Amino acid sequence: MKLNFAKANIDFLGQRRIALVVSLVLIIGSLLLLGFRGLNFGIDFTGGTLIEVGYPEVVELEQVRSQLETGGFGRATVQYFGTSRDVLIRLAPRDGENTAELSEEVLDVLRGGGPAGVELRRVEFVGPQVGEELREQGGLAMIYALIGILIYVALRFEWRFSVGAVTALVHDVIITLGIFSLFWLEFDLSVLAAVLAVIGYSLNDTIVVYDRIRENFRKLRKQGAEQVMNLSVNETLARTIITGVTTLLVLLALYLLGGAVIQNFALALIIGIVVGTYSSIYVAAAVALVMGVDRSVMLPVKKEGAELDDRP
Amino acid sequence: MNQYPYWKYVLIVVVMLVGVIYSLPNLYPEDPVVQVANSTTDVVDADTRLQIQAVLEGRGVEIKSTEFDGAQFMLRFSSADDQLLAADILRTALPGNHVVGLNLAPATPGWLRAINARPMSLGLDLRGGVHFLMEVDMDAVADNIYERYTGEFRTQLRDARIRYLSVERDADGVHARFADADSRDEALRVLRREYRGDLDFRTTQSGEVFRLSGTVTSDYLAAQRRLALQQNITTLRNRVDELGVAEPVIQQQGEDRIVVQLPGVQDTARAKEILGATATLEFRLVDESSDPFTAAETGRSPANSRLYFERDGTPVLLQRQVMLTGDFINDASSGIAQDSGSPAVFINLDAQGARIFSRVTGENVGRLMGVVFIETSTETVEEDGELVRRTTRTEEVINVARIQEQLGRRFQITGLDSTREARNLALLLRAGALAAPMSIVEERTVGPSLGRDNIERGFNSVAIGFFLVLIFMALYYRVFGLVANVALTLNLVLIVAILSLLQATLTLPGIAGIVLTVGMAVDANVLIFERIREELRNGNSPQAAIKAGYDRAFSTIADANITTLIAALVLFMFGTGPIKGFAITLSIGILVSMFTAIVVTRAIINLTYGRQRRLKTLAI
Repeated sequence: MKLNFAKANIDFLGQRRIALVVSLVLIIGSLLLLGFRGLNFGIDFTGGTLIEVGYPEVVELEQVRSQLETGGFGRATVQYFGTSRDVLIRLAPRDGENTAELSEEVLDVLRGGGPAGVELRRVEFVGPQVGEELREQGGLAMIYALIGILIYVALRFEWRFSVGAVTALVHDVIITLGIFSLFWLEFDLSVLAAVLAVIGYSLNDTIVVYDRIRENFRKLRKQGAEQVMNLSVNETLARTIITGVTTLLVLLALYLLGGAVIQNFALALIIGIVVGTYSSIYVAAAVALVMGVDRSVMLPVKKEGAELDDRP
Repeated sequence: MNQYPYWKYVLIVVVMLVGVIYSLPNLYPEDPVVQVANSTTDVVDADTRLQIQAVLEGRGVEIKSTEFDGAQFMLRFSSADDQLLAADILRTALPGNHVVGLNLAPATPGWLRAINARPMSLGLDLRGGVHFLMEVDMDAVADNIYERYTGEFRTQLRDARIRYLSVERDADGVHARFADADSRDEALRVLRREYRGDLDFRTTQSGEVFRLSGTVTSDYLAAQRRLALQQNITTLRNRVDELGVAEPVIQQQGEDRIVVQLPGVQDTARAKEILGATATLEFRLVDESSDPFTAAETGRSPANSRLYFERDGTPVLLQRQVMLTGDFINDASSGIAQDSGSPAVFINLDAQGARIFSRVTGENVGRLMGVVFIETSTETVEEDGELVRRTTRTEEVINVARIQEQLGRRFQITGLDSTREARNLALLLRAGALAAPMSIVEERTVGPSLGRDNIERGFNSVAIGFFLVLIFMALYYRVFGLVANVALTLNLVLIVAILSLLQATLTLPGIAGIVLTVGMAVDANVLIFERIREELRNGNSPQAAIKAGYDRAFSTIADANITTLIAALVLFMFGTGPIKGFAITLSIGILVSMFTAIVVTRAIINLTYGRQRRLKTLAI
């Protein structure tokens, strides 16, 4: 098997205006969604109680709902989780209620009457103040990761590349979050971890492209910045796509076989990797170019006048 | 041409061997285990061990094998059903001072255990269990301090013969009031000498009343808070030991929180009861001169008595003066009372307690005594958007009995509803009190069936994802693809070996990290192979292309992996439990892949192609 990436000669940077429009539309759309609709935060961030129960036979949600209603938990949201034998019950935190004991009470209600053989599979209770802290920490984690990367890239390459890389990362994160908002997918701690992993992955892609740009600037002295960048993106295209494919293969396995708990995690990574691959081809280099990267910034800096300054 | 020095090959083989050996224990399934411990003597004696085996055999429960480590007796079973049945049988058959716990024990063969090769421990989400995050009520610490000082102030002032009007406390400190300035200044001198460093003193005057206020210093308060947290952790540890949970995790988190993880515990209600509760007993004489029913009706009780209720709602008047508090109890066990056959708690007092108790019971033979059970639990609730901590204190009389004779060190109390309650009370009395109340602010429980499903799903997704990548690489890069596949397999083995060596806990997110690593580990090989293809296209000889491919790809691989490591590091620093697991496996995976994807593949390729001087083509 050999796909013909070798002769790839696509004018990626020439299409940067189209890419800009596409990216801007996606980002603005995502920001609007996030601003007006927000994210479907899981109980990790909102606080509350989540109870997963399993039945030996297929169970009707209506039955469970009416059972809970009779038991005084009419406000609970009930849904299937993975299969129609597993039921997820969510209870939002409510004023003046003993949340720590709630799960036992719910289970007692389900055990008395209704379908037999109900079995507790999982309880998650997050107190309101813990939820608030996790939300804060999550945001901070994302910001610190971006700052760390900004510094490393600035040291290893040049600040203009740094801006390009971080722009691409912010782009990926915003669009991934936007898609989660659009489809109202639950955003919990594991999804946050996935988003951070996306940052790592997308950066990996971007660095490979930048590395080649740096190398080509030093090697090809006669070509303009845009040409060099285009060549570099094309030369690394095979690698970008192959690595994307292998990673997507395992993530697909994780999404399809990993079970309901891990599904959103895998989905966030899949979305992020698709967007991240696009951004390292179309966004990262283009931003660096717009920022004014050319050969001169990549050549070793000669310390002109250093000797003069040292004179007494 | 392309050759490694011999030591590199040797190194690779050694790493491979070590990796395989230390990942081996994970292939052996775990046995369900019942552990029996004796909480009074710390050793399960030989007779009891024989008794246990006899009881189980009599009931037809098959024991796979037994182990005795000098203190605990461990019984292995072939199924979890046998294990649960055996535990139930033993709980009723053994005396109350025996603790029966459930666990899973690795079935690693002896020679592997001898070199310290152990399987990874599985996280709560994979084996089932509970995770609690408990918050210590730090306001209560200051409150307790002030309560103590109120009493001490009075004693100090009395001893120094200083007249005072009153000593009272509120949330801000302890306040003493005096009728004249001289007394107050004298009190300030005395108290300041006694409590230098602990308290800050302030004097005020309003009209004819002179006030002296003591406020705890921030250093002292901080020290007391740390102490309270430490004591709570110790108490929790004692209680968890009593629950018979193996491999529990009890750790401080932040300044006022404690993480408790109990693998394998299914009865979360009982776990919560035991962890969060503070229970103690008080012994009081019954006020036999007044009618408790009248007091209950009118709501007014005589000056020196207080109205209590028994469990069935019967009112009872007890004297305000306490005969003995639970602080003097140094041991307690549960069992069945010989005379009545009802559940009982056997109490052991310390020397001082025994002295007090024998004196007061001796003076009051023939009178009625009430045993008051006091339970405190705290919880945080949200009220009108504000977080409020609420402490519930339940006091009930569990037993009223005539004092037949002078009581001493050992005695029993009855009046409990069930053996289970007797067991819980004995446990709480034995395991000591909490320095400050705590509340559960986060709970995560995973049932055993979900745990099993998670392991299966995790394993399947790793296996399938892994094979998909193997097939893809073999098709796309042919011989070089196969070489990369060897490296990828070794990568997986080494990750498992390192996690086992570190005794890291494997969680579902950790498995996700491994899966993601499998996808990303091939990246280094993709970079190298694409580079080699490029060099070949540029007209280089195969040998030169291999050399250039590896050399040039290296800095790219390093840069790319370091940035991913930065992200993983941030995840590790900010993440809690499950996210940390993901970050650890991802980081280990990245580091290991640098070795396998670069060094190992190069070694294999060198061995395959390195000696062929007239190499014309590469199967890449």
